[in-house]
Amino acid sequence: MEDTSSFAIRMEGITKRFPGVVANNSIDFAVRQGEIHALLGENGAGKTTLMKILAGLYQPDEGQIWIDGRAASVHSPRDAIDLGIGMIHQHFMLVESHTVAENIILGLDVPRFVLNLEKVEREIAKLADQYHLLVDPGARIWQLSVGEQQRIEILKALYRGARILVMDEPTAVLTPQEAKQLFNTLRSMVAEGHTVVFISHKLGEVMSVADRITVLRRGEVEATVQASETSRQDLARMMVGREVLFRVGKRESEPGDVVLEIDGLGALNDKGLEALRDVSLTVRHGEILGVAGVAGNGQRELAEAIVGLRPVTRGQIRVDGEGVTNRTPREVMDRGVAYIPADRIGSGLVVNLSVAENLILKCYRDPPICNWFFLDGDAISGHAQELVRAYDVMTPGIETRTRLLSGGNLQKLILAREISSKPALMVSVYPTRGLDVGATEAVRRLLLEQRDAGGGILLISEDLDELLSMSDRIAVLYEGRIMGIVESQEARVEALGLMMAGTAPEEDGGE
Amino acid sequence: MADFSFLVIIVLSAGIAAGTPILYAALGEIFTERSGILNLGVEGMMLIGALAGIVASLATDSVWIGALAAMAAGGLLSLIHAFISITLRGDQVVSGLALTIFGAGLSAFLGFPYVNVPAPKFATLPVPLLERIPIIGPIFFQHDVTVYVAFMLLPAAWFWINRTRPGLHLRAVGENPAAADALGVNVVLTRYTYTVVGGALCGLGGAALSLAYTPGWIENMTTGWGWIAVGLVIFAAWNPWRAAFGAYLFGAISRVVFDVQMLPTAGLPQIMKILLSPEFLRMMPYAAVIVILIFASREAVRQRVGAPAALGQPYTREEAEA
Ligand SMILES: Nc1ncnc2c1ncn2[C@@H]1O[C@H](COP(=O)(O)OP(=O)(O)O)[C@@H](O)[C@H]1O
Ligand SMILES: [Mg+2]
Repeated sequence: MEDTSSFAIRMEGITKRFPGVVANNSIDFAVRQGEIHALLGENGAGKTTLMKILAGLYQPDEGQIWIDGRAASVHSPRDAIDLGIGMIHQHFMLVESHTVAENIILGLDVPRFVLNLEKVEREIAKLADQYHLLVDPGARIWQLSVGEQQRIEILKALYRGARILVMDEPTAVLTPQEAKQLFNTLRSMVAEGHTVVFISHKLGEVMSVADRITVLRRGEVEATVQASETSRQDLARMMVGREVLFRVGKRESEPGDVVLEIDGLGALNDKGLEALRDVSLTVRHGEILGVAGVAGNGQRELAEAIVGLRPVTRGQIRVDGEGVTNRTPREVMDRGVAYIPADRIGSGLVVNLSVAENLILKCYRDPPICNWFFLDGDAISGHAQELVRAYDVMTPGIETRTRLLSGGNLQKLILAREISSKPALMVSVYPTRGLDVGATEAVRRLLLEQRDAGGGILLISEDLDELLSMSDRIAVLYEGRIMGIVESQEARVEALGLMMAGTAPEEDGGE
Repeated sequence: MADFSFLVIIVLSAGIAAGTPILYAALGEIFTERSGILNLGVEGMMLIGALAGIVASLATDSVWIGALAAMAAGGLLSLIHAFISITLRGDQVVSGLALTIFGAGLSAFLGFPYVNVPAPKFATLPVPLLERIPIIGPIFFQHDVTVYVAFMLLPAAWFWINRTRPGLHLRAVGENPAAADALGVNVVLTRYTYTVVGGALCGLGGAALSLAYTPGWIENMTTGWGWIAVGLVIFAAWNPWRAAFGAYLFGAISRVVFDVQMLPTAGLPQIMKILLSPEFLRMMPYAAVIVILIFASREAVRQRVGAPAALGQPYTREEAEA
């Protein structure tokens, strides 16, 4: 056994229960001084919970923590900060309307009373320089890109002298290039004597940046391994609990006529700023057009503009040749457009209604569900039973409140409702986000079947692997503009990454 | 011409006197809302404060103790709201409305023996030297102490919120309690503190009415001024200076309306009679303030100052993840 004092973090027997789930089940986790330790696991494996316990945000039901070899009681974020632990959350903990400097000094005991922001800004600039983290200390958070916001989170931890840095899925919001830059920063921090815990569910980046890897599955530790002594396949098996196919089997596509035609589209975001600028693209029947981009570059606005949920300020949208620009969602839907929203619970379903009721949300006006004015109960349950069976939705019954279903089954429910309406076009936004591997495979298979049946699909995703394996062509959105559209067979991750960061592709395109 | 400037001085000076109780309440509500707690009980807290001020100053013969009692009463009442919204995480709108109804009812009940009883009041106390400055002097410096304290409280409140460490914590808690919590700021304590401070200032606003502007106790004597304060806070975009502008403006228009009411209407056409009727005129200050502040708030929207992002939302750590 190793000398325990060489561990920066040691957590033993950590158990944390939430209503209905054991998020962490008797977890042992140890991180050595000065290493980059990856915490790997699927969504819901319990990674965030474990680290929030370390950061004093959650109290464990059982278990003990040692920091730098000494038993530590972490009852509040304050305690964690005093122990030198800095956590960078997946959803950044920044006050949007405040400046960078104000965010960085928030919660500190100095200055005592009157704020001297100029002095703080100078200190921040110096620290930023030391770690090559370019920021403008006087800027307000809402003016900054996610990449910049992440740098501020790192500076926030460093400014309060954190020696142990915990990063929760830091690359989810970054382009591949920005991620590389982040890894360099992490390496230089480790070289300066810091210790880094890096949470991820992406195998590739874990292999490339971590010294050691701990794999969590369903709230339990599967294994802790040396990065140099493992492989992607091994990690995937530990993470999922079975062999994993990395590519979905896909037939050659047979694109037909154009189903969606967008021409010079413009739209505003919720803040009233331009979110889409002169977007033009087409989707054919029997084709999947992927839309890549870092989150927040106009993806949501594009989907909402197409389905009629967001006013279009400029340009035209046509579905099967008919104009649907600025029509109501109902009219767009009647033209054969289906929508798989990113927000399943908020916009995709009415979670307080039953499974059967959710399944008729699109067809409740027409026979056989509705006769004149009255809903036909038998027709509704027949309809629901058929779809639940055909789409393999795991539910105790069709009268079950929808909110009791798991994320994967919620998504299958939406897909069942939308695909059964036989849409000409499906706009699907982050359809596999947050789903486990099994549900992800099921959703992808359903989308491919829909394509093979002649439907056109606009697939918006953050996951480049998903886009490369599913799409026939890929468009890249950057700051509301289409940076380029490439055939996915010819697409390379590096090139897509450059476009996601705002660099237009070389005109000659030659290899 | 001399007559006209005389008129302007009277109106503005009266506006400042009348606006002062509203200003206290608005400043209190700004502190409370900046911490993320919406307290619609302002009217109730002002009424309780107004009555407590009268009762305590009658008992002790000191208006100062009366003012302190008013703050204590307002603070105590807001503590109920704090407990319901912060600890029990109840609905803040419902709790605030209940507070207003409760405060109005309780003050009417307890205040019955005090109706129209002569009580001590803050005397007019011109500020030496300053009062003699032409125009400025009569407008600003020939009032009672409650007006001057408000003058001093105003820049202090702005400075506290925008330029101090506790003020930074206050703003952060109202904008993003999860972020503040993760950095060791005590969200619960901060919200309790500023809810009670806000309540105390509302109580003081009530005392500025009953011990200074319209001395003595009458049932429901705030006549909706607490609600004007609540509205001002929104249209003032949570900024003390704008709130002061709105409060004084409301006061000035009230004064003009009061004077116009005195004009003889005999022989005027029917439409003028309606326009000059007391019922119509009494509506005017409320309508005018709303219209003017709507225009003012459009400027604020352009500069992206909005409601504290977490206003009205309860916070608990373990449920922070959506
Ligand atoms: N605050 C919470 N309240 C209730 N359940 C939670 C909470 N946080 C996490 N969970 C549940 O605990 C499990 C683990 O979640 P989490 O730690 O976020 O996983 P990961 O970060 O690995 O994706 C999930 O089933 C999740 O739904
Ligand atoms: Mg997580």
